[in-house]
Amino acid sequence: MNFASVAIEVLSALTAAANLFIIAAGLSLVFGALRIINLAHGSFYMIGALLMASLFALGRPEILFWPALVLAPLLMAGFGAILERLLFRRIYHAEHLVQLLLSYALSLMLADLALRIWGADTRSVPTPAALAGVLVVGGASFPLYNLFVITLSLAVGLGLWVLLRHTRFGWEIRAAVEDAEGLSLCGRNVPALFTAVFALGAFLAALGGAAVAPLQAIGPGMDSAILVSAFIVAVIGGLGSIAGAALGAAIIGFFQAVGTLWLPTWAPAFIFLAMIMVLVIRPSGLLGAAQRAWAEED
Amino acid sequence: MLEVAAIDVYYGRSHVLQGVSLTVRAGEVVVLLGRNGAGKTTTFRAIMGLTPPRRGTITFENKTITHLPPHAIVRAGLGLAPSGRRLFGALTVAENLALAEQPGGPWTRERVFALFPKLAELASRHAAFISGGEQQMLKIARALLSQPRLLLLDEPTEGLAPVVVRELGGWLKGMREEGLSILMAEQNARFALALADRGYVMEKGRILHEGAASELLTAPELAVHLAVGSRPSLAKTD
Repeated sequence: MNFASVAIEVLSALTAAANLFIIAAGLSLVFGALRIINLAHGSFYMIGALLMASLFALGRPEILFWPALVLAPLLMAGFGAILERLLFRRIYHAEHLVQLLLSYALSLMLADLALRIWGADTRSVPTPAALAGVLVVGGASFPLYNLFVITLSLAVGLGLWVLLRHTRFGWEIRAAVEDAEGLSLCGRNVPALFTAVFALGAFLAALGGAAVAPLQAIGPGMDSAILVSAFIVAVIGGLGSIAGAALGAAIIGFFQAVGTLWLPTWAPAFIFLAMIMVLVIRPSGLLGAAQRAWAEED
Repeated sequence: MLEVAAIDVYYGRSHVLQGVSLTVRAGEVVVLLGRNGAGKTTTFRAIMGLTPPRRGTITFENKTITHLPPHAIVRAGLGLAPSGRRLFGALTVAENLALAEQPGGPWTRERVFALFPKLAELASRHAAFISGGEQQMLKIARALLSQPRLLLLDEPTEGLAPVVVRELGGWLKGMREEGLSILMAEQNARFALALADRGYVMEKGRILHEGAASELLTAPELAVHLAVGSRPSLAKTD
């Protein structure tokens, strides 16, 4: 095993982790503020990728890539806002089982809908010309597109941090995580805030799907595959914590890289092993505890 | 100013408020007395739209607010400083204030800081890490920044040291002189009646008695409902 092959494996695991972070951050954000477990989050990811492929098919790839990367998640965010108003709004106070049933049913319907619109064939999205090359370091060649996905996830992380810490919208989200009723007593329109947060979660899922589109085949099955990984990442980090999602993604990325390098056939098991270990030691996830301590004190 | 007319409130199947009526006139300080579980907090929740009544109406400044959402009721000019530790603990004091701030009214952050200089010092501190008295200040300050003409205070003396309770009395007198009307729920009847014009006594979800503050303070038949002077330290279940 030489440096080049190790480096490539590490980069590919990091890319997967970076993309998972974008998706899991959306899942965690929605759970934190709205207290709902959304099993349709993977469907939003798949629709993001499919929209990306459709927008791409409209014309010349080198021009369309960037607008499509923004437009596909925006369309999904709008669709997410509609779903929140029509469906999710009604189940905020329902028990978790009802939420699971509703969002699972929705994911099945969206899968069928996607099949009807886009068909069963897988599609591919070409890498944009500007990112098609490789970066050669020490004999190993790193695909530029992978580096782009990693940069994008860092930008998303930074963007979310700025949003949550330094904007009124972010303060409202953090306040709603603690006490949504208290926020309404501050004169803030909580239902409208929840629609916006849900749309933001859908945007992040679809952004993950759109960003990963040039790296993999796009088609049916993407939704359920990513959902499990995104939940593992969010649960390891602590549902509701964005920093937790970043940490969870880094841990999963690490285990995936190690697993792929040394025990390829066992690689998928490593991820579940990581989750079990974390949950045994900290049942609320690595960064999920601080918030709970305050809630319990109340 | 505020007219609560025969409201019935349910939590699920339990009939918590039974035909509660009360009035607050402009400029008045009115106190709602009663023990834990008497229905004081529920009355406030109903007024603020958090637990809307199933029957009866609530009007504020001649507008029906019975089924408005809470944020619309706040914007109509009602503010609530809730009981307990209902602050955003993970947010700083300044962020807590910013969330409630509505521009264009008499209350600015400068005025609130002038009333509670301590809050200016604590601005960058997380609300989870300030004392009980400071939390009470923050809850009142937050309610003021939403520009209420009627301020609802739920158990403002709860958990406060006697010296802070005396200070609280001073703040409330100051706010009253500014022309603010106040409706206050209290178990500490002696404290509340010293500030109030009128009072209501609640028990088991009904209004038992209404009268001028001076009358309530001396009515011997009410002593048993008011627990004057002693404060049961039971957990709040109201």
